[in-house]
Amino acid sequence: MNGAVMSAPIMSLHRCYQRSALLFTARRLLSSSSVSPPPLHRRLLLYLTQRFYDVELFLSWRFQKKRERLEGKNAYYGYTKRHHGPDIATAYYILSMKGSLRYVGQSEWLHSKRRGKFNWDFLNYKDKQLQDINMSHTLINYRGMENLENQRSLRTLSLRGCPEVDDWFLARLHVFQDSLEELDISHCPRITTGGLAALRHLKGLQRLDVSSLPKISSPGLVVILLEEMLPQCQITATGYDYMLRQEGEHEAEEHVLGQR
Amino acid sequence: MSTWRRLHVKARTARGLLTSGPVTERHTWLHRHLPLCQSLSTSTPLRNDFFKDLEAQLAAMRKKAADALPGSNWSPFEINPNLPPERADIVIVGGGVVGWSVAYWLKKKEMVRGGVKVVVIEKDTTYSKASTVLSAGGIRQQFSLPENIYLSLVSAFFMRNINEYLGVLNEDPIDLQFNHSGYLFLANEDVAHIMEENYNTQLDAGAKVKLLSPTQLKDKFPWINTDGVALASYGLENEGSFDPWTLLNAFRRKAISMGVIQCRGEVTDINYTSQLLRNMDGDQVELRRIKSVKVQMPNSLEYQPVDCAIVVNAAGAFSGKLAEMMGIGYGPENTIAGVPFPVEPRKRFVYVVHCPNGPGLDTPFLIDYSGVYFRREGLGGNFIAGASPEESEEPDTSNLEVDHQFFEEKIWPSLANRVPAFEKLKVSSAWAGFYDYNTFDQNGIIGLHPLIPNMYFATGFSGHGLQHSPGVGRAVAELILDGNFQTLDLSMFGFRRILAQEPMLEKNIV
Ligand SMILES: Cc1cc2nc3c(=O)[nH]c(=O)nc-3n(C[C@H](O)[C@H](O)[C@H](O)COP(=O)(O)OP(=O)(O)OC[C@H]3O[C@@H](n4cnc5c(N)ncnc54)[C@H](O)[C@@H]3O)c2cc1C
Repeated sequence: MNGAVMSAPIMSLHRCYQRSALLFTARRLLSSSSVSPPPLHRRLLLYLTQRFYDVELFLSWRFQKKRERLEGKNAYYGYTKRHHGPDIATAYYILSMKGSLRYVGQSEWLHSKRRGKFNWDFLNYKDKQLQDINMSHTLINYRGMENLENQRSLRTLSLRGCPEVDDWFLARLHVFQDSLEELDISHCPRITTGGLAALRHLKGLQRLDVSSLPKISSPGLVVILLEEMLPQCQITATGYDYMLRQEGEHEAEEHVLGQR
Repeated sequence: MSTWRRLHVKARTARGLLTSGPVTERHTWLHRHLPLCQSLSTSTPLRNDFFKDLEAQLAAMRKKAADALPGSNWSPFEINPNLPPERADIVIVGGGVVGWSVAYWLKKKEMVRGGVKVVVIEKDTTYSKASTVLSAGGIRQQFSLPENIYLSLVSAFFMRNINEYLGVLNEDPIDLQFNHSGYLFLANEDVAHIMEENYNTQLDAGAKVKLLSPTQLKDKFPWINTDGVALASYGLENEGSFDPWTLLNAFRRKAISMGVIQCRGEVTDINYTSQLLRNMDGDQVELRRIKSVKVQMPNSLEYQPVDCAIVVNAAGAFSGKLAEMMGIGYGPENTIAGVPFPVEPRKRFVYVVHCPNGPGLDTPFLIDYSGVYFRREGLGGNFIAGASPEESEEPDTSNLEVDHQFFEEKIWPSLANRVPAFEKLKVSSAWAGFYDYNTFDQNGIIGLHPLIPNMYFATGFSGHGLQHSPGVGRAVAELILDGNFQTLDLSMFGFRRILAQEPMLEKNIV
C-alpha cells in the first residue's frame, strides 16, 4: 500500500516528462528550421518546464500577468465616459496610450509628451468629435477599440506598427464605414489576408496603406484583390520584395528537405 | 499477519532475483572480488570494463527489485503500450472537435492538477470520416434561437483569444486562418418576415448584423443577381470561416499537454448495471449505470475494458450507436426508454469549383433561400459550394462517395442564377462528410439521459457543431464538474424536449 502511494508522484512526474518530450519532438518536426535557437536562459527555462510543473506554472503565470496589464491599459473608460462624456473618454484613452488626435475643425494635433505626460487641454473640448486619430506604435488592441467606437466623424486612422492590432480588430472597423477616408495599417505584424477581407465595409476609403505586413503570403495578388474590392481607394504597398521573398522560401524548403 | 506475509514474499522474490542471474558470471564475481579490492587505483582498461559490467548488472538488478515491489506496475507479461488505462474518471468517446473541447475544459476547470483522469478514445486518428475535418469551417451568428447565437458569440470570443486558451508554452502560436468574410443570407418574399424576426433576435442577443434591401445588396455586391430577393441579412463581425484542422489540433495539443490521455481504439460495448425503480404512476423504470466501456484495439482482437465513473458521448454522427448500446429507444412504447435517440449520419457533399471571374476578396459566405451556399476558398479563384438535399432524396450513408449528378442538377443552376459569373466554372474536386444530424429538431443534444445517470451527451449539432464546440465543451465540463450550467444556460438543449416531443427548430437551417 505504502509503495503504491510513494510511487504515484514519481510516476506522474515521469509521465509528464514523457508527454512534453513527445510534444517537443512534434514541434521540432513541424517548425521550419529558419528559427534561430532561443537564448540560453529561455532554453534553460524550457528545460525546466519540461520537467517540473512549478516552472511551467510560473511561466504561464507571468505570461498571464503580461496579458492582464495589456488588457488593463485597453480597458473600457466607463468612469470617464459617465462623468465627462464619451468624447473626452476617447481623447483621454488615446493620450494615455501615447497616441495623438485632432478635433474636427482644428489644425492642431494633441500629443502626449515624453514619459506619457500630456496636456489636459482636451478637457475643454467636451462633446467635440475627433477627426484624426494616430495610434501608431501603441499597444491598442481589440478591447481598446471600444473606446474609439463612438467617433462617427473619424476621417483618418493610423495604426502603423501596432503589435496588438490583428484581424479581429480590422473586422471591427466597420463602425467607421460612413466616415473613414484614410487608414494606415502598415507594419502590423499580426494582420493576415483574412483580416484584410474585412475592410470591404469601408466603401468610402480613399487611401489605404498596407505596406510591410509580414504575414501576407502573396502580397502581389492581395494588393490586386484589394484594389478590386475598393475601387476608389489608392493603395500603398511598399516593403514587399517579391523576388527576394520567393528565393527565401525556396531556401527554407530546401533546408527542410535536407533535414529529412 | 499480512505484513509479515508480504515481507516474506518480498524476501523470496529478492532471493529469486539474485539466483536468476547468469551463474558463471556470479562465480567470477566471487572469485575476483577480494584480490581486486586493493588495486582499485591502478585499474587497467580491462578492469574498467569489468566495473562497468558490474555497474550495469547492479543497476538492472536494482530495477528488477524495484519493479517487483508491490505498487509498481510491472508485470511478467508483455503489455501493449497503446492500450488504454484500466481505470479512468471520465471517458470521452470520440476525438472530434467536440470531444477534445470537452476534454480541454474538464482539465481547465479541475481544481487540482491531475484531479480528474480524462481519457479520449478515438477509433480513427487519421480522422478520415470525422465531420470536423470534412466540414465547411464556417461560423455565423445568424441563428434564430438565442442560445445558438450566444454559443456563437462565445466561440468568437474564444477564437479571438485562442492563444490565451490553447497556446502551449514555447510552441508556435495558433493561427486559425480565420477569414472575416461575414455571412450573407438571402430571403425571398415568403421568408422575408422570418428573416426580420431573426434579425431582431440577433440584435437583442448582441450580434452585429445588418439588413439590406435588394438595391443596397446590388450596391454592395454588384456581382449578385438580385432577382427574387426580397431581403438580405449580412453579418458585420465575428462571422467567416476558419481551418477546422487547426482548431481540432489546437484543442488536442493543449488537452494532452494538460494531462488528458489519448487512446486509439473503438468503443464497441458498454457494461452497465441496472436498477429497477418505480415512478409516481407505479410503472417500472430501469436505471442503467455504466461501469466500464470496452475498447477494441485497431486491427486486432485485443480489447481492454476501461472502468469509469462518467462517459461523454461525443461520437458525432455515430453517437447513435453508443445510445443503442445503452438500449435507448428499445424499451416498450410510450415510455421514456422507448423514445428513440434521434441522431443519425446524413451525407452532405461539398464541391470545390474554380472560377477565375468569380467574386473577389469581399465574397461573403452566401446562403441563398434555395438552400445553396458557397464561400471563397483561398485567393486563387476557388470556391466551395454545397446544399442540403430534400428529405426524400437523402443519399446512402454507407460510404463517403460523392454524387456529381447532385451538383449538376441541384446546385449549379441555383448558383449560376444567383451569381451569373458562375455559369462558367469547373468542378476541381469534391468530398462528402457526415452531418451529426438530429432528425428531431436539427439542434444539439447536451446533457444526461434521464435513464442513464452517467453518460453525458454532446452531439446532434447538424451542421453547426464545429463553430459551437468551444462553448459546448465548456457547458459539458460545467455539467460534469459543477452539476449545472454556470456561464451559459443550455438546459433547453437537454433530453427533456425530445421526451416531451417539443422540437426547438431553428428557423433558418442550413
Ligand atoms: C459537409 C459538412 C459541412 C459542415 N459545415 C459546417 C460549418 O460550416 N460550420 C460548423 O460549425 N459545422 C459544420 N459542419 C458540422 C460539423 O462538422 C459537426 O457538427 C462537428 O464536426 C461535430 O463534431 P464531433 O466532434 O461531434 O464529430 P466528429 O468530428 O465526427 O468526431 C467524432 C469522432 O468520434 C469517433 N467515433 C465515433 N464512434 C466511435 C466509437 N464507438 N469509438 C471511438 N471513436 C468513435 C469518430 O471516429 C470521429 O472521429 C459541417 C459538417 C459537414 C459534414
